[in-house]
Amino acid sequence: MRLEELRFGTELLKRGFASMQKGGVIMDVVNAEQATIAEEAGAVAVMALERVPADIRKAGGVARMVDPEIMSAIIDAVSIPVMGKVRIGHFVEAQVLEVLGVDMIDESEVLTPADEQYHIDKKKFTVPFVCGARDLGEALRRINEGAAMIRTKGEAGTGNIVEAVRHMRAIMGSIRALKGMDRQEMIDYAREIEAPEELVFDCSKRGRLPVVNFSAGGVATPADAALMMQLGADGVFVGSGIFKSSNPQKMAKAIVEAVNHYDDAKVIASVSRGLGDAMPGLDVHTLREDEVLQYRGR
Amino acid sequence: MGVNVGVLALQGNVSEHIAAFECALDRMRWGDTSSVFSVKKAGELMGCDALAIPGGESTTISRLIEKNHLYEPIRQFPGGMFATCAGMVLIATHVDDPRVHPLCLIDMTVERNAFGRQRESFEADLVIDGIDGGPFHAVFIRAPVGTEVGNGVNVLARIDRGIVAVEFGKHMALAFHPELGDDTRLHERFLKKIGT
Repeated sequence: MRLEELRFGTELLKRGFASMQKGGVIMDVVNAEQATIAEEAGAVAVMALERVPADIRKAGGVARMVDPEIMSAIIDAVSIPVMGKVRIGHFVEAQVLEVLGVDMIDESEVLTPADEQYHIDKKKFTVPFVCGARDLGEALRRINEGAAMIRTKGEAGTGNIVEAVRHMRAIMGSIRALKGMDRQEMIDYAREIEAPEELVFDCSKRGRLPVVNFSAGGVATPADAALMMQLGADGVFVGSGIFKSSNPQKMAKAIVEAVNHYDDAKVIASVSRGLGDAMPGLDVHTLREDEVLQYRGR
Repeated sequence: MGVNVGVLALQGNVSEHIAAFECALDRMRWGDTSSVFSVKKAGELMGCDALAIPGGESTTISRLIEKNHLYEPIRQFPGGMFATCAGMVLIATHVDDPRVHPLCLIDMTVERNAFGRQRESFEADLVIDGIDGGPFHAVFIRAPVGTEVGNGVNVLARIDRGIVAVEFGKHMALAFHPELGDDTRLHERFLKKIGT
């Protein structure tokens, strides 16, 4: 086999990588020590960022990608894939993470957007991207830009599952609605949700998104994680929910098991016992409009 | 001819494996008399002639095998095993990472993430022993390789970094992901051995 005949960074490799994460929990970490705890608890991957979303809310100011030194330390500490967040539209932060060896990039509304008009042209990269979405139109626009994985935006850093539920129901419900539409109706619908027709047809044919669809933004307990799985998520991201709880090790393991047995209430009951305090929650309705992260990027 | 194929559904690309086996069985005209289903519990192994261990995160799957009390039941499983990527790591005897507890069903030493990180993942056309009809388009994602095999293990394909496809008795282990394409020649070869 000759090296020049190998193909790197193809759509199949990107979507295939995302597919390997299915049924798994991806955990936010801010340093190598947390990454090790996440790996030991059974995380399929870790997501590196400067501060977990709950702390980003508290700190205010501009939230950026993680310090490359911390990113490299995390990459060295674990053998599972390492993901990293970059600001919406900040393709140079993405170039930097790619050079560091990050396995997947999250173009994330949790960080302060760098471009209010355009998302990153993700097809130019060798590494795959994951992007947040609130509805089918947003999801398909991101996939059209090259995203290999979608996650609900939810409302990060609140420990409140309500927005993730809203977004998952919106995406799954729209795909179910496609079933009853003929071709002309689908073309009209594609225009209405501002999504490419071809991707709407593709969803209709598959009965699901053409890429893996995870849940994120507000998962704080094993029951939250299982709820999202039962609503149709392929897997779960947990941000502040683990390292803002009173016993991160135990919470991390419990969420991994709850995702594995999401349809078995007995297991969820058993792993939810004696976990200590979940992260303190926020009522989404009390947020000012400029504090709502999900409105960033559309 | 009919066979029952279980796909270990702890984590990873389970649905792709189910679809690929269903497609292979249809092409062999065994579809009507066979079934493919996901397996999560030891009791469900009883109804299987073959078990597939899909790609995913080997550390995560290894932990869930233990947690779900599946380690011994899988080791005692009398049927054939079809192990891809993370599955190949789990089915080996020696793994270069203490975080994985291998099942020791194929005498082989495996190196995890042997090619590097995701940016080094690749597609390539691979010549595989015993597979007719031209090279097999193989998808390697953070793939492992075999570095050594014991007696009786039949190496089907090898690339510069090491061994990427082996057979041992009824078992088959692959470093790449045949379930991500629609070439089912490897599945069919595996199923023929199970059915006869």
